[in-house]
Amino acid sequence: MIIDLQKFIATGRPFWTELEAMLARLEAEPDLRMPLGQLQLFHQLYERTAADLAKLTTFSSEPETRRYLENLVARAYGEIHETRDKQRRIFPWKWFFQTLPQTFRRHVRAFYLSVAITLAGCAFGGLAIAFDPDAKPVLMPFSHLLQDPRKRVAEEEKAANDRLAGHKTEFSAELMTHNTKVSILTLALGMTWGVGTIIMLFYNGVILGAVSVDYIHSGETKFLMGWLMPHGVIEIPAILIAGQAGLLLAFALIGRGTRASLKTRLREISGDLATLIGGVGVMLVWAGFIEAFLSQYHQPVIPYEVKIAFGFVELILLFLFLAKSGANKKPAAKTLDE
Amino acid sequence: MKTSTLFIRTPEGIVFSQLLAGPVTRFFAWFIDQLCIGAAMSLLGSLLDLLGMVSLNFAVALNVIAYFIVGIGYGIFFEWTWRGQTVGKKLFRLRVVDVDGMRLQFNQIVVRNLLRFVDELPVFYFVGGLTCWLNSKCQRLGDIAANTIVIRAPRIAEPDLDQLLAGKFNSLRQFPHLAARLRQNVSPMEANTALQALLRRNEFDPVARVELFGELAAHFRGKVEFPAEAMDGVADEQFVRNVVDVIYRTHAENAAGKAAVTAVEAWPAGV
Repeated sequence: MIIDLQKFIATGRPFWTELEAMLARLEAEPDLRMPLGQLQLFHQLYERTAADLAKLTTFSSEPETRRYLENLVARAYGEIHETRDKQRRIFPWKWFFQTLPQTFRRHVRAFYLSVAITLAGCAFGGLAIAFDPDAKPVLMPFSHLLQDPRKRVAEEEKAANDRLAGHKTEFSAELMTHNTKVSILTLALGMTWGVGTIIMLFYNGVILGAVSVDYIHSGETKFLMGWLMPHGVIEIPAILIAGQAGLLLAFALIGRGTRASLKTRLREISGDLATLIGGVGVMLVWAGFIEAFLSQYHQPVIPYEVKIAFGFVELILLFLFLAKSGANKKPAAKTLDE
Repeated sequence: MKTSTLFIRTPEGIVFSQLLAGPVTRFFAWFIDQLCIGAAMSLLGSLLDLLGMVSLNFAVALNVIAYFIVGIGYGIFFEWTWRGQTVGKKLFRLRVVDVDGMRLQFNQIVVRNLLRFVDELPVFYFVGGLTCWLNSKCQRLGDIAANTIVIRAPRIAEPDLDQLLAGKFNSLRQFPHLAARLRQNVSPMEANTALQALLRRNEFDPVARVELFGELAAHFRGKVEFPAEAMDGVADEQFVRNVVDVIYRTHAENAAGKAAVTAVEAWPAGV
């Protein structure tokens, strides 16, 4: 049977046009909340158009009308069957003090794994430098780290001029953007079933461990702490959280211990990935400022004790923020079953 | 299996399709987006240069940050505000949508854009392009992680067959029994081929158009033999048009016929 297209279109057109107008309004005003009557009408129009599409697909191969109806049904389907929040409004305060720490805590095991991988890298880098100091250029291929720590400390402490004068803001911006790029890459490499993320975390650990052992071995522990702590206590956890996000992505891809489909697993974590990487971005902006404006100034300009104390204060605040912020102190309401 | 169309079945049992965009079209759209980012950066750079007269250090810092934010934020901003489209995608009529046909979420946009970092490795989106080429839904890694697909979204207007079929004299309708036999003998696929040929008739080269309608007319003439008076002076293209009209306008004709009969019966006798 071939459908009478003209009659079909003439009969259906008023409903399709009305549905199209409602969809256009919904798409233009995402915050729009329709009253119940309108919602019912919207649903009826969707069902009517979907039925028309089914009829057309069964009885006619006319592509133009079918494509038009498919387009309408597809748009209405997305609006009707979507159960997730619309997320049009962003509340930065709530996001930062509630959503971010709650998300972090929800996936804290991935964070612990991220820490463990970095610590393994630290141990490897530290041991490698301890056993073979000549391996420095291989482990830390950065010119400013290759210098003898004692010599560097002596130079820094004697420096009469501010070598960053006139470039501090620029240096800070470069640090922020570079570290954020590295963090995003650490997250994105979760798509390699976590292999890329693990390599990034381990390599960061290797450099950190090698530098630390190099300075400690040279008797410059105080300088090292004064140099790294003000920005490092924020920057290193930020990279660890990026690793946490990457591992989370990898877990979702691997899907061990769950029967949910890949699509469902990835859908469940996409919001958390965006939240974690957003938090990492905020942390790295702070760390960039501190590294450019505080960490690069040493004794006698700023006493090491002050810098170390500042680092400890930051670390405690960060710990409290991640562990406590957004935690619901009220006991959960009892359910009817209880 | 790789396909150019994704079919989505709703809980009501209705199936609708989404035309998937291929890697080449997506690459062109990306290229346009890169040009837009470059233009935006150059404009911003010029403005920030003015700031350099006050503080060069601050201007350079802002430049670095602006380049980073525009580079990452361009896709996120446009795909969110333009419902899955950037300038390049708009130009090539592409759109990012949820893989299940649901409403696109901000998180999905963020994830698919951040995963460009791995898709663009080592150069020119090699990883992303390769994944897109191998993936059945033409998704790059970012799309897989975010549960999104990129579809072709041609401009779709309300269908209008009136212009094509109505208001023309159709010599085949003078022989209703033969017209009914024609409707019976023609398959939906054949009918659609004729309809498509008519819808696209102006896109053909003149010689090809004559040849195509000649072949179609010969094919449909073989289905039912109409008397000579129905065929005299009817060009091949007109014949195909008449065939399509007969096939797609059965009930309308019947309704019109019944209305005419009713009108004649209602007319007072002897007037």
